Amino acid sequence: MWATVVADLFRFVGTWGREIRDSRGRHLVTALPLLYLVAFFLVPFLFVLKISFATSTIGQPPYTPLFAWGEDGALTIRLVFENYRALLGDPLYVGAYLNSLWFATVATVVCLLIGYPIAYGIARARPAVRVVLLVLVILPFWTSSLLRSYALIGILRTNGVLNQLLMGLGIIDQPLEILHTNFAVHIGIVYNYLPFMILPLVATLMRLDFTLLEAAADLGARPASAFLRVTLPLSIPGIVAGSLLVFIPAVGEFVIPDLLGGPDSLTIGRVLWTEFFTNRDWPLAAAVAVAMLALIVIPIMLFEWLNERESRRDEGRASGAP
Amino acid sequence: MNGRRPFVLYTAMAFGYAFLYLPILAVIVYSFNESRMVTVWGGFSTRWYGELLQNRQILDAAQRSLLIATVTASFAVAFGTLAGLALARFGRFRGRGVLGLVTSAPLVMPEVILGLSSLLLFVSLQGLIGWPERRGMTTITIAHITFCICYVTVIVRSRLVQMDQALEEAAMDLGARPWKVFFVITLPLIAPALIAGWLLAFTLSLDDLVVASFTSGPGSSTLPMLIYSKVKLGVTPEINALATIIIVLIATAVTIAGIVMHRSAARANR
Amino acid sequence: MSNARRPGYAEPWQDPAEEPFVRIEGVTKTYGKVYAVDDVSLDVFRGEFFSLLGGSGCGKSTLLRVLAGFEVPDRGRVLIDGVDMTRVPPYLRPVNMMFQSYALFPHMTVAENVAFGLKQDGLPKAAIADRVRQMLDLVRLGGLEKRKPDQLSGGQRQRVALARALAKQPKLLLLDEPLGALDKKLREHTQFELVNIQERVGTTFIMVTHDQEEAMTMSSRIAVMDAGRIVQVSTPSNLYEYPATRFVASFIGAVNIFNATVLSQDGDRVLARAHDLGIDVVARSGQPIPAGIDIGIAIRPEKIDVAEEAPTRADNVIDGKVVEIAYLGDVSIYHVETAGGAILRVQETHAARSADPHYNWGDRLYLVWNAADAAVLTS
Repeated sequence: MWATVVADLFRFVGTWGREIRDSRGRHLVTALPLLYLVAFFLVPFLFVLKISFATSTIGQPPYTPLFAWGEDGALTIRLVFENYRALLGDPLYVGAYLNSLWFATVATVVCLLIGYPIAYGIARARPAVRVVLLVLVILPFWTSSLLRSYALIGILRTNGVLNQLLMGLGIIDQPLEILHTNFAVHIGIVYNYLPFMILPLVATLMRLDFTLLEAAADLGARPASAFLRVTLPLSIPGIVAGSLLVFIPAVGEFVIPDLLGGPDSLTIGRVLWTEFFTNRDWPLAAAVAVAMLALIVIPIMLFEWLNERESRRDEGRASGAP
Repeated sequence: MNGRRPFVLYTAMAFGYAFLYLPILAVIVYSFNESRMVTVWGGFSTRWYGELLQNRQILDAAQRSLLIATVTASFAVAFGTLAGLALARFGRFRGRGVLGLVTSAPLVMPEVILGLSSLLLFVSLQGLIGWPERRGMTTITIAHITFCICYVTVIVRSRLVQMDQALEEAAMDLGARPWKVFFVITLPLIAPALIAGWLLAFTLSLDDLVVASFTSGPGSSTLPMLIYSKVKLGVTPEINALATIIIVLIATAVTIAGIVMHRSAARANR
Repeated sequence: MSNARRPGYAEPWQDPAEEPFVRIEGVTKTYGKVYAVDDVSLDVFRGEFFSLLGGSGCGKSTLLRVLAGFEVPDRGRVLIDGVDMTRVPPYLRPVNMMFQSYALFPHMTVAENVAFGLKQDGLPKAAIADRVRQMLDLVRLGGLEKRKPDQLSGGQRQRVALARALAKQPKLLLLDEPLGALDKKLREHTQFELVNIQERVGTTFIMVTHDQEEAMTMSSRIAVMDAGRIVQVSTPSNLYEYPATRFVASFIGAVNIFNATVLSQDGDRVLARAHDLGIDVVARSGQPIPAGIDIGIAIRPEKIDVAEEAPTRADNVIDGKVVEIAYLGDVSIYHVETAGGAILRVQETHAARSADPHYNWGDRLYLVWNAADAAVLTS
């Protein structure tokens, strides 16, 4: 009798101890990546914000301190809004902003127009073919945008492959000046970001039940109208996800406009790079980054929200109703 | 089925794929050009590959990049797996919102912002606590791990979501403690995702120019930084050869990994 | 066919001296604001084959997961064999579960799957091998040890899952829709096999199912659940013959229910005015029911007799017109419309061979039933 009581007591204490240990394990699992990303992704933004309010000086580091201890021991904070005034006042920066938005918008629309038929074709292909087509879309995604932009230079140059081809075919007799123009930047961004548009679209379209189209046809809808009224509305989640995946990084793109664009293809990414590396004006570069963030923070929130909703729905489907 | 529409569809698809692959194919073809003139075809040659292997500067940078990419990928897989596990399996917990944000925002964050913010952190930390003493491979690696974690998290999480959670519950029901369940059941079943995540992190790190440029220090140029400085001067056969090597290596690795993953997924879903 | 009707089977729930083996006390589990399980108390006795029956979302699966230890209830306790298990994690409970998806580890062979639980206990290799062989013989899967789960048929996988869950000789086996993934023919066969195995090993089984036929066939007792609560706990025959509520009456089998107001009670005979039928009816109830309250009266279709002439002596008679006929082979179902517009479902068994149904559309006939066959539903 007493033995069982003692045994139960031990078991009880042991259970609690183990549960605490296991929940500690859970905390550890969560805390490690969380702390890393907070420290090296989230916290840095505070420093960017801080330094954007400093003044550039010659020294190491090349900016003035924000907080200083006065001789009387009082803390003085010097906030300089000069950088932001420059951003808003100087047509160079405003122009770069508008350029970036324009490049990103055009890229999003063109990627959607090219990407949708490809995604549709992939989603409707036989499974074996689909895998091959998908891999072919994913492969370029694994090569760097630097190398792919470099590859485009070879195509678009005055004496590049494209001009040689067109002149060889007798379509033109003067080489086209494409490289180092805004047009080249458009091509470059579309070329680089196309897979980002296709992949979410394929994911959405593959989930789409194609018997819905047969039902629509059965009810008298012509293919075009079935597409507009059934397929397109149901693929909106993929369209939004793909558009965000193209638009947001394209706004801040540096490599493509730098390599393919001309001197007037100025984007925020290039301005930031130049201020930082060429002019060594770190505070101004930080202010440019803050302004860029302000531009994309809403799309990023939208992206995060969509992402979370999507995964939760998948989780709900996987675990089933409780 | 309608006969005309597939034709339009196939044409659109053919153009799309041609657009994706022609530039890369051109690079590969011209890397075997004998002539230094990159526009004139001077006959087949592997001469530029040979010159590449003599170039100390390029070899050093490549070695550096490979080391950074290996370390980055390994840490990113470790952290990303934990994050994916927490997001897919722990239900609601404190910090879930933050974890969801910091594991998805870097996916779309422009590289210049990632690079600049990492650098400013390192510079400020140096002022505050004296670490890191100087910038170089360590700081590049830390910054690379940051954005690579997110890609691994996405892959691991979606794999976990596809996996029947009852498998883990069954193991626990049969007497395996949580950590044992993870190592005996979960880990073997998500192994393909871990391989894919490692490869992706490896190539992202190997390819990165922007973040590395911000966070590197003197004498620690990575391969993309070197390529960038050469590309700024124009197209050269050496770069064609180098780009070809990188592209072929990555394509081979990805294809093999893809086949392995596809096979194991097909087996698991049967 | 169920345990309850088997000769010699004790009914421990009838014996006040019997200690319940599994005791659920006031268990409540909420998800946000939703009460998945709402203040449920339940006793299950040693050796029972007990079923939790209900529609999807009624809380039966959550209750099973509370028993397995995957969910910790917000309130209440779970005792198994006298020990409080409420907060004991699943890996320390003497309870095993057979999952709806079977949850066979795809990277392990059949033998490794069955051995998994035994390995966690640190049993010696030889003992594990013995036990695995014994379990696979029990479920008639000898010879398939080396197969992987994806090389098995649905029925074989189901049996591996059962063998794996029984291998550790749990005090209590939980079964989550154990036959849900099987096709109809295999399911009927497996029902009996599962009951036989349960009798041989003597383990207490608690099964979750949404299939009333399955629950009726296999269980010693059934708890019917609705909206997180237990509506009625009883043997299959009692549930069918004496449903306590409209929900139970209509959930299990087909039934005619009509609203009535009690006029008087004489012993166990209750006289009530059936508003839908426009007549007074007599039904049976063991409980005293005050006059004037509203009740439901339930009568099963097969308990209604059909006659062409009005019978002289009967508890309840009403006349009507045939509006629908369904010939199902063994039986025919008639829908009969009364003068008041109510439609009653009547079932007639075809004991003798005949191609023609007895009645035709539009035929007028009399419906007759005994007071003892009609149940009084107070809620």
